[in-house]
Amino acid sequence: MVLTISALIRRRPLTLHQREQVDFYIAILPWLLGLILFTGGPVLASLIFSVTNWTGMNLAEVKWVGLENFRTLLFDDGLFWIATVNTFYYSFGAVTLGTMGALFVAILLNQNLPGTTLLRVIYYLPSITSGVAISILWIWLFNPQVGLVNYLLSVVGIKGPLWLGSQDWVKPALILKSTWGIGANMIIILAGLQGVPVSLYEAAKIDGANWWHEFRHVTLPMLSPVLFFVVVISVINSLQILTDVLVMTQGGPGTASFVYVYYIYQAAFQYLKMGYASALAWILFAIILALTLLQLWGSKRWVYYEGGEH
Amino acid sequence: MSETLISKPQMTGGAVKSTPWYQSRRARNIIHALIVYALILPGACVFILPLLWMISTALKPSNEIFVYPPQWLPSSPQWNNFSEGWTAYLNFNRMFMNTLIITVNNVIGNLFSCCLAAYGFARLRAPGKNFFFALVLATMLLPVEVTIIPQYVLFTKLGWNNTWRPLMVPPWFGWPFFIFLLRQFFMSIPMDLDEAARLDGASSWRILWSILLPLVRPALATVVIFAFIGNWNNFLGPLIYIRSVDKQVLAVGLNMFRGQYGQVDFHYMMAVALIVLLPVLLIFFFGQRLFVQGIALTGIKG
Repeated sequence: MVLTISALIRRRPLTLHQREQVDFYIAILPWLLGLILFTGGPVLASLIFSVTNWTGMNLAEVKWVGLENFRTLLFDDGLFWIATVNTFYYSFGAVTLGTMGALFVAILLNQNLPGTTLLRVIYYLPSITSGVAISILWIWLFNPQVGLVNYLLSVVGIKGPLWLGSQDWVKPALILKSTWGIGANMIIILAGLQGVPVSLYEAAKIDGANWWHEFRHVTLPMLSPVLFFVVVISVINSLQILTDVLVMTQGGPGTASFVYVYYIYQAAFQYLKMGYASALAWILFAIILALTLLQLWGSKRWVYYEGGEH
Repeated sequence: MSETLISKPQMTGGAVKSTPWYQSRRARNIIHALIVYALILPGACVFILPLLWMISTALKPSNEIFVYPPQWLPSSPQWNNFSEGWTAYLNFNRMFMNTLIITVNNVIGNLFSCCLAAYGFARLRAPGKNFFFALVLATMLLPVEVTIIPQYVLFTKLGWNNTWRPLMVPPWFGWPFFIFLLRQFFMSIPMDLDEAARLDGASSWRILWSILLPLVRPALATVVIFAFIGNWNNFLGPLIYIRSVDKQVLAVGLNMFRGQYGQVDFHYMMAVALIVLLPVLLIFFFGQRLFVQGIALTGIKG
């Protein structure tokens, strides 16, 4: 490294190896600049904001308040707890249904039967159609009077709830909508299933295993690293739900769908409480980090790595 | 799966005679297939139904929207719903162009910056490489909420508020997920190719452009599709930064349209939402094969 720099300064021709080192730093330069300007700098700034009472845009009004924001959030702010509980509720439902549904569909679509290619596209398609257009579609589907969801329920004799208009049903509605997007997880699990050696199933067959034994003692252990990946990513994503809430419910009715990132959005960009919102963001980061570490720790009990412990 | 793949030679021929028909391999395969279809087809119908319902609603005359029980198909398709919804309230043509310009710029920016960085991390040897790659992974875990507030302050101080710059500049500076994805693909190509080319006098950039990039086309397609969909659907960025309606993008425009017409004119809303969705569907269908390959690989190696 030092030799490379001195060669650069003295304008000596570089050796192939030195040339490669210089090229590496040129190659990562755009990313490195971005890291400093758009991630590293903001992370530091955000840490500083979170211990100030900064509101609005005027830097002169910034006042150091220490950990006051965090204390208020944890002990005096009922809205913070409502948002946290709502988010956990949603996240738990979305991850559980999303992972189990994706696993179920992936196993069925891994059977090499005619038509599975088309079926894979059908199950995968919704997951790429996210965004406002789809949120609006689901407002229409959840319409309590003439919506398709309640109509289909009435066909099997169930009187559908008010969904987005009901304090009790708005979170299940959002979970249901998220389950429509299991396609991305399904593709990842399918790829994992195709990596399970056929010889293991043959051996299980010879030992007289039925389909449940095969699933429990071959598929599930061999798939567990992929499932672990899917669960970790799903937890991180679901804790950050925002667009659906912004478009479909605006946190309501009441505070029934008031989720964590919606609170950050409101605090920062509607009330311009930049310091308070930064503190909120850091608590979210702590929650995500803690949950990820917890899963990493818990994974030792259920995730099986064929190549040994990593 | 095993039943369809394994055909044991000793089962063909004489052995079939002694077993009843429903236990023969062929019958068991058929029963197995029927069970799978019985489980998978109803779900497939439920999954495709919302999109079909969207198309059907978009084509209905206004008096067939609030009918109960729902009418599956419009009595006569109203193709002019598309043009009426599109021009009724907002200048969607303008917003469509705005979204397209921003999205294309961001896709190219992401491709450029992420290919370069991924190439460095996967193929070039230099001190400090592992440290920097660890930073790539670390930033993947950082929720955007932590950086979005200071970024907003930064861009406001730069006078970039109500311009496209906060949306169009950052993509030229890399995106950790794409760097990670492309790196995985670059890693899967034998190093001998680079070594040979280097000894023949090719520069690092020549190796990247002429040898490696053609070999990772599925990965490039994956990045293009992900980046296109992500930027096309980006809602929060334009919502925060852009005030003027004539600079606005489709995602925010669609939400404004919902605010105006949200209670009644579902046929217009579905028509406009379908047009907004169309480029995403097109790019998915054209890139589907390459795309699925791409995610499958990162899925396994992630």
